[in-house]
Amino acid sequence: MTTTAPQHPPHSIPTPAARSNTFRTLLRLYPYAKPALPRLGLGMLAALLASLVALAIPQVLQQLVDGALSQGDTAPIWPAVLTVLGLGVLEAGMIALRRWFVLVPGTHIESRMRNALYARLQDLPVTFHDRWPSGQLLSRAVSDLNMIRRWISFGLVLLVVNFLTIIAGVVILLSMNWILGVIFLVCSIPIWIYGYVFEEKYSVIARRSQDQSGDLATAVEESVHGIRVLKAFGRGSFALKSFASQAEELRGTEIEKARAIAGIWLWLLLVPDVAFALCLVSGVWLTSQGQLSVGELVAFFATATVLRFPVESIGFLLSMTFDTRTATDRFFDILDTPNTITDPPRPVTITSPRGRLAFENVHFRYADSPERFPDLLDGVNLVLEPGETMALVGLTGSGKSTLTALTTRLYDVTDGSVTLDGVDVRALRRDELRRHIAMAFEDATLFSASVRDNVLLGRPEFAERSPQADAALAEALQIAQAAFVHDLPNGVDTLVGEEGMSLSGGQRQRVALARAVAAAPAVLVLDDPLSALDVNTESLVEAALRRVLASTTALIVAHRPSTVMLADRVALLEAGRITAVGTHSELLATSPHYKFVISSLEDEERRESERAGEAL
Amino acid sequence: MSVIGVEGEERLDYTKAESAQIRRRSLRLLGSLLFPVRWSVVVAMLVVVVSTAAQVAGPALIAYGIDKGLPALLEQDWVPLAATGVIYLVTGITGALLIAWYTVLSARISQAVLIDLRKRVFLQTQRLSLEFHESYTSGRIISRQTSDLDAIRELLDSGINQLVQGLLYMAFTGIALVALDGVSGLVLLVALVPLLALTRWFQVRSQHLFRQSRTASASLIVQFVETMTGIRAVKAFRTEKRNEGVFGKLVESYRLVNARVIQLFGVFDPGLILIGNVTVAAVLLVGGFRVADGQLAIGALLAALLYTRRFFDPMEEMAMFYNSYQSAAAALEKISGVLEEQPGVPDPVTPVDLWTSKGAVQFDNVQFEYQADRVILPHFSLTLEPGQTIALVGSTGAGKSTLAKLISRFYDPSHGRVLLDGVDLRDLHPKDLRRAIVMVTQEAYLFSGSVADNIAIGKPEATRSEIEAAARAVGAHDFIVGLPGGYDTDVNKRGGRVSAGQRQLISFARAFLADPAVLILDEATSSLDIPSERLVQEALQTLLSDRTAVIIAHRLSTVAIADRVLVMENGIIVEDGTPDMLISGTGRFARLHAAWRESLV
Ligand SMILES: Nc1ncnc2c1ncn2[C@@H]1O[C@H](COP(=O)(O)OP(=O)(O)OP(=O)(O)O)[C@@H](O)[C@H]1O
Ligand SMILES: Nc1ncnc2c1ncn2[C@@H]1O[C@H](COP(=O)(O)OP(=O)(O)OP(=O)(O)O)[C@@H](O)[C@H]1O
Ligand SMILES: [Mg+2]
Ligand SMILES: [Mg+2]
Repeated sequence: MTTTAPQHPPHSIPTPAARSNTFRTLLRLYPYAKPALPRLGLGMLAALLASLVALAIPQVLQQLVDGALSQGDTAPIWPAVLTVLGLGVLEAGMIALRRWFVLVPGTHIESRMRNALYARLQDLPVTFHDRWPSGQLLSRAVSDLNMIRRWISFGLVLLVVNFLTIIAGVVILLSMNWILGVIFLVCSIPIWIYGYVFEEKYSVIARRSQDQSGDLATAVEESVHGIRVLKAFGRGSFALKSFASQAEELRGTEIEKARAIAGIWLWLLLVPDVAFALCLVSGVWLTSQGQLSVGELVAFFATATVLRFPVESIGFLLSMTFDTRTATDRFFDILDTPNTITDPPRPVTITSPRGRLAFENVHFRYADSPERFPDLLDGVNLVLEPGETMALVGLTGSGKSTLTALTTRLYDVTDGSVTLDGVDVRALRRDELRRHIAMAFEDATLFSASVRDNVLLGRPEFAERSPQADAALAEALQIAQAAFVHDLPNGVDTLVGEEGMSLSGGQRQRVALARAVAAAPAVLVLDDPLSALDVNTESLVEAALRRVLASTTALIVAHRPSTVMLADRVALLEAGRITAVGTHSELLATSPHYKFVISSLEDEERRESERAGEAL
Repeated sequence: MSVIGVEGEERLDYTKAESAQIRRRSLRLLGSLLFPVRWSVVVAMLVVVVSTAAQVAGPALIAYGIDKGLPALLEQDWVPLAATGVIYLVTGITGALLIAWYTVLSARISQAVLIDLRKRVFLQTQRLSLEFHESYTSGRIISRQTSDLDAIRELLDSGINQLVQGLLYMAFTGIALVALDGVSGLVLLVALVPLLALTRWFQVRSQHLFRQSRTASASLIVQFVETMTGIRAVKAFRTEKRNEGVFGKLVESYRLVNARVIQLFGVFDPGLILIGNVTVAAVLLVGGFRVADGQLAIGALLAALLYTRRFFDPMEEMAMFYNSYQSAAAALEKISGVLEEQPGVPDPVTPVDLWTSKGAVQFDNVQFEYQADRVILPHFSLTLEPGQTIALVGSTGAGKSTLAKLISRFYDPSHGRVLLDGVDLRDLHPKDLRRAIVMVTQEAYLFSGSVADNIAIGKPEATRSEIEAAARAVGAHDFIVGLPGGYDTDVNKRGGRVSAGQRQLISFARAFLADPAVLILDEATSSLDIPSERLVQEALQTLLSDRTAVIIAHRLSTVAIADRVLVMENGIIVEDGTPDMLISGTGRFARLHAAWRESLV
């Protein structure tokens, strides 16, 4: 949807790489490929044998043509035919073996890498996901890994084998007749030179093309996820326009890529032809000088012909290799991203949490925030005693959601600490921390699963149906006033659609609330949990929540006085600090900013009186 | 169950007729994609024909050189040999140059086809109704536009080259062989029989597997996209390990299908080579005796053998082409299904223009349900006068958003009509409809890109000052200039860079900029703090004075600026009147309002 050129964080169009660099990059695939290596080796062996067999066939032909046939002797024909046949069967058999050895392990490598990427992505912090466009992740997980698989099980094997075949072929050619062999060899020098040029040119284009496909995938993804906005404004064709211009860019890159490939192809086709022409002339001349028999000349060409395809194939094998190299780079872009939010080496556990949540001189700033800005959270001090319900109030954009995200380490503080029962949250394993503290986000983020699975998401032990699971589900739904789910077509087993889109806004919010409650945590963190509810439902939810909150510590972000009513105390977030803490009425009396943020009463009264004035 | 559109897409047990129907539809699509580039295709083919002919001349020239050049040279006549050498050089260079040209040419063609297909699918995605999207899921539509297109790209990129070149190469070599030695040609002809049989076998088997592979990769993508979209919830509820399990299973089933395809190919490809090698042996056998008899020159036998081998040389590539063709065909099947899908909310065939709208909205005997057995809005009629500001209130799940979505034609009513200025929305020109009616949805979705770009969605041609004016009007300007890059700050995916309230303000500015005759605000201020909400409301009073507005809100402060209040319960409008009238009454709204007043401080 962007009209500006899309940015992707790795920005790194790789600096034109040296050959060793490609090699080193590809070597990084080793850990994933390791289990498959023996079979890869065997596969190469089989492929090499196949090629050698293919090279041997002309030798047999030479023997025949030179020996018996030239004398009109028919006796050796049969044995020769049988040998050729045998070799032919052997070649096919070796190729079958190569495929059998190599291709299936290749799929395992792909799977391993895909699972590793997925696990890594889930592990990387939210900051990473904020920054990275979704399509870039998707294209890495799908097309790039596909490419790597095909290269390992096809490109790599053929590249190695074809190189060896060419070497073997050239040796045979040299041994047949060194003059012809040298002519052949000298002619191939431009290929090697061009190969270097090609790598530099091609690698850059390949990277650009892969990045652009990722951006295109992002555009696709956003056009689907944002379809409601596009429809509401009738901007389908506008979106198409910017999508098309991105697609055009990709097209340009692809054509550039084709040009590069055409360049190397040209050489790879040209060189054997020139060599053939020269060899033909000199070969016939040599024969006429009696330095070569007709049969030898024939065998020379037969062997050289066998080498044609390996030589030509080097072109696409190289481009495939460089494509894979950039795909590998892109894969490791993600795997190499340092995870800034990890489990501590020696984790502490809290066996029975009481739920004392404390912010001690907490500082936080987003990474992209410019120097000149003060920290978004600039020394927050706040203590929630066990069982206490604290409302957090502040203007839009004051950092309330950010503060709540610090409790479960979706972000880490940049200074100071958040502690649970006196233990720094960074000293706990993330898994444990998030078991003790459950969150409801300001947007519901449901998954396309049943209501039941969504609500019991934080309780893996209830994955199976059981009376306890049903009880926990029923209770959570009751507290969140989500009885409506029983009226859905399949009750709690109704699928809520992607992101819960087949529920109404308020329904979605209540399911998300039920999800947080069902996790039965020591601390509940609710970010504006009642914003989409009508007044009546809101007060019902509040009444039910109060029971839970009596025993659970809670931090509730609130914009409305009605939500604040849930709390024992209220904290006011202002300019990155907690500037006031107290009961609602205390703060109303003492804090003008609080009054400004939360009170709409004056406003209402003014309106009412205006209206009364009009009526008069 | 039919197989029209995307129906039955995940099924694997197509009947013969269904399978044929799907193939036909995807071939039709392929045809329509190739039609616009047909001339380029012809040129490309010509180039290949010539270049392949040049290449194929090789063995004949070598044979000529040996058979004619050598005796001549022995007679000190250099001419035949030199001529052969030069001709060889010229044909070789021509061939190589042409192939290089062809490579670029064919990239042009395949990129043209791809971009055409990309745009078609993209546009179709936008045309399809929400109903479709809700059931099809974003992951699948994304996979259609990414991994399925990849499969087609692979075919076009390398496949067509391989096919055209391979086929021509085989044809030329075949012809050359026949011309050189008819008997050898006959042997080759016989070899074609097992060749075709093997290919047919592969086609039948692989078609099924490739279909499975497309489905498996789509489920993979669905899971991937959903995890990444909901990453916060994934982390907060510790579902990483469980997700890994689910994803791992999907990866494994995708791998299995792939492995099976590969195994199939692992039989097909060596099979072809075997056939080729046996044929070479046969040619040798048949030719050997004739050379011994003196019926055939040695050079000719050699050329025949070279030709036969060369005939089968492109076999491996052709096999690979066929493989990617089958894969692309399966992808094309799925894509053609999406393209075949009829939009549930279709554009009118003969659209009625409405240049300027007064903004009169009318529900005429409307009934609506999302799913057949669960009526959400039972039969009702309702008229919204032009210029009126209507507050739509009611408990959650009552059907307010649904009503709003009918006005903005996200859905069509199952009975009755919704009219704008007396024109059925179904007949209205989509451009006019979208210009006249704009809705700010309950979910404030922002696209990645700058703040300005996001606001400009309301009016793509808007200038920067118009954008700023819109932001000022809704009270968003101050926070926007406070962002690191001001209006050019990238808001990141889904607007994750700005707070929830800020997202709502930006969405609001967007609608303000669009300046429609009918504006629908669905909980547009629910995440705002009270001071900002107050600003918005003040802005609304001026903004809404000359247009029809439907404001859905749970915070009844909005009601103050409304001319009329509709109270909705269970899909039925239970109260309808001016705010004062309803507040002073004893009905639901009066109680609601009292409760709300109570909740204020
Ligand atoms: N991922 C991010 N990267 C950079 N800045 C961010 C990011 N998320 C939020 N911000 C900025 O940090 C500030 C605080 O955002 P936050 O979401 O915490 O506000 P909030 O208090 O929850 O507001 P609201 O009431 O609107 O939900 C905002 O100004 C926002 O622009
Ligand atoms: N896409 C959908 N598919 C199926 N059912 C839906 C869909 N969207 C909404 N519903 C159902 O229709 C009913 C009305 O939903 P609607 O969104 O109109 O409610 P609402 O009045 O806007 O509620 P809220 O105030 O919570 O936003 C709800 O019961 C909801 O579950
Ligand atoms: Mg927030
Ligand atoms: Mg709604």
